[in-house]
Amino acid sequence: MLVLKGKSVNTGITIGPLALFHRNTISTAERKIEDVAAEIDRFQAAREAAIRQLQALYEKALAKVGEEQAAVFEVHQMMLEDDDYIDSIVGQIEEKQCNAEAAVENTAQQFATMFREMDDAYMQARAADVLDISRRVEQELCGGQGIDFSKYDEVIIAADDLAPSETMQLDTDKILGFITSGGSANSHTAILARTLGIAAIVNTGTQLHQDVDGLLAIVDGTTGTVYINPDAETLARMQQAQKEEKDRRKRLELVRGLPSATKDGKAVEIFANIGNPDNLPQVLANDAEGIGLFRSEFLYLGRTDYPTEEEQFEAYKKTVQALPGKKVVIRTLDIGADKKVDYFNLAEEENPALGMRAIRICLTRPELFKTQLRALCRASAFGKIAVMFPMIISVKEIRRAKELLQEVRQDLDRRRIAYDKDMEIGIMIETPAAAIMSDDLAKEVDFFSIGSNDLTQYTLAIDRQQTQLDSFFDAHHPAVLRLIGQTIANGHQAGIWVGICGELGADLSLTETFLRMGVDELSVSPQSVLPLRDTVRSLDLSK
Amino acid sequence: MKEFTFTITDPQGIHARPAGLLVKEAKKYAATLTILKGTKKGDLKKIFTVMGLGVKQGETVTVQAQGADEDAAAAAMEAFLKENF
Repeated sequence: MLVLKGKSVNTGITIGPLALFHRNTISTAERKIEDVAAEIDRFQAAREAAIRQLQALYEKALAKVGEEQAAVFEVHQMMLEDDDYIDSIVGQIEEKQCNAEAAVENTAQQFATMFREMDDAYMQARAADVLDISRRVEQELCGGQGIDFSKYDEVIIAADDLAPSETMQLDTDKILGFITSGGSANSHTAILARTLGIAAIVNTGTQLHQDVDGLLAIVDGTTGTVYINPDAETLARMQQAQKEEKDRRKRLELVRGLPSATKDGKAVEIFANIGNPDNLPQVLANDAEGIGLFRSEFLYLGRTDYPTEEEQFEAYKKTVQALPGKKVVIRTLDIGADKKVDYFNLAEEENPALGMRAIRICLTRPELFKTQLRALCRASAFGKIAVMFPMIISVKEIRRAKELLQEVRQDLDRRRIAYDKDMEIGIMIETPAAAIMSDDLAKEVDFFSIGSNDLTQYTLAIDRQQTQLDSFFDAHHPAVLRLIGQTIANGHQAGIWVGICGELGADLSLTETFLRMGVDELSVSPQSVLPLRDTVRSLDLSK
Repeated sequence: MKEFTFTITDPQGIHARPAGLLVKEAKKYAATLTILKGTKKGDLKKIFTVMGLGVKQGETVTVQAQGADEDAAAAAMEAFLKENF
């Protein structure tokens, strides 16, 4: 048995025979040529043929995986049209009087080296793109024999690395998975594999040879392990794990439509977090009971000026109408810190996480805030909207925000525009100050939603993006759990509901803890809804 | 010559796909478009050059446009950067 470790691209387990991926050997050895002009023509013809193939591949990918993932083939075409790339190849043919194959290969290696030497993992991975497009041109120069993809059927492919174009040409319904000795989890190939749902392990570091062809292999995407020629015990264990995984998926389907309650009857609402109305199909597909966190920032990001009241109104209305009868908690603008928007003209800050962000911007620029509140109130006439203010630290801020909301309502009354007079008003509990003062804050609002990501970061004084601090970071730090417990207790004391909308809400190892604290709602990413409901239903708090 | 500066806010910086879109946009104009990052500079119409600059979130680039349609080109590039990066 040979055991390889690599980076997993997809979870899940697949078992099947290995097939070594064959490429036609292309000779790029340098040789002298006589007719330079003819050699340049030969290169240009091959280059143009390659661009046409990439266009066809782009169209295929567009239909199969969508615009976003297909774009790589458009970028590849542009690379083949790049003047520097062409000039380098033509220049070499002229200067060295060498064959086009060698000129393409030398240029490919030079450009690939440039990418490999960049200080960013994503850019380093682009070296593979340069080699891929160049190989296509070389293949054309060598007579245009492509790879026979059809022979790979019901196998796990083993390769040094797969180019995005190769991944796209494989028939993914027939491929069980692939393992590559090189490549990175950032490569387009890895991204494509994820989109297509193929089991894949990349960067195992071990080059496989012809002798593995036909051997049985197990790809364990959960741990990033590949077992080649597994012993009976491993095979039995992995078959069992594969069966459990399938059963787990089946079981998740069974809890669709069922109540989210423990065996002893403690019910909790399981909502979804979304960043944008485009996520609505996932919310519905995963059977979320509502939306617990709608990040309204998306309306402000990626544009050059403030969104109008109408634009906002349409987005909120669309969301609430997609979920008739269900609650949609919309968090007001949370710009600042890591989310920067040029047209807000915010001053540069030494410490943006502790600076002008979220409610602080809104209360400093009331007109901006009121535009959003007006849009929210108007949309509330079309469904069950709740409004939530982020980054609160004091009672004063809530009162000021409510005053502004009241002004908006009076204005709507004057103009005889409909809105939901009972719209719930809540706050995020994401600062230690808010958690500690939650008894006082609870008297001002209808609900709390605990933003565990920021609460953890501010409580532990650790920036989670700072990977050097990983050894100091503890996602389950007792200080954070104690603040969450106090917040829930204080909320209940004042008779309001309390939810959790940060990443901890989806942490199944904490579900029982949170339920024992009495949490009323958990809002998680759409794909975490069913696993969470399954866990809730398996618990018995009376024991 | 027209010139403007821009700070990248996209967490991924200028990566492959948007770099492609940026080059595509630049190619619509006759003006020579140059992108500068620190001491490095390059032709905004060449994808390898643009990707090779390795522009990351938080970094500031300067774009210069020179030629008959430089006003339109600079304005279009600025709007495009704001919208996509």
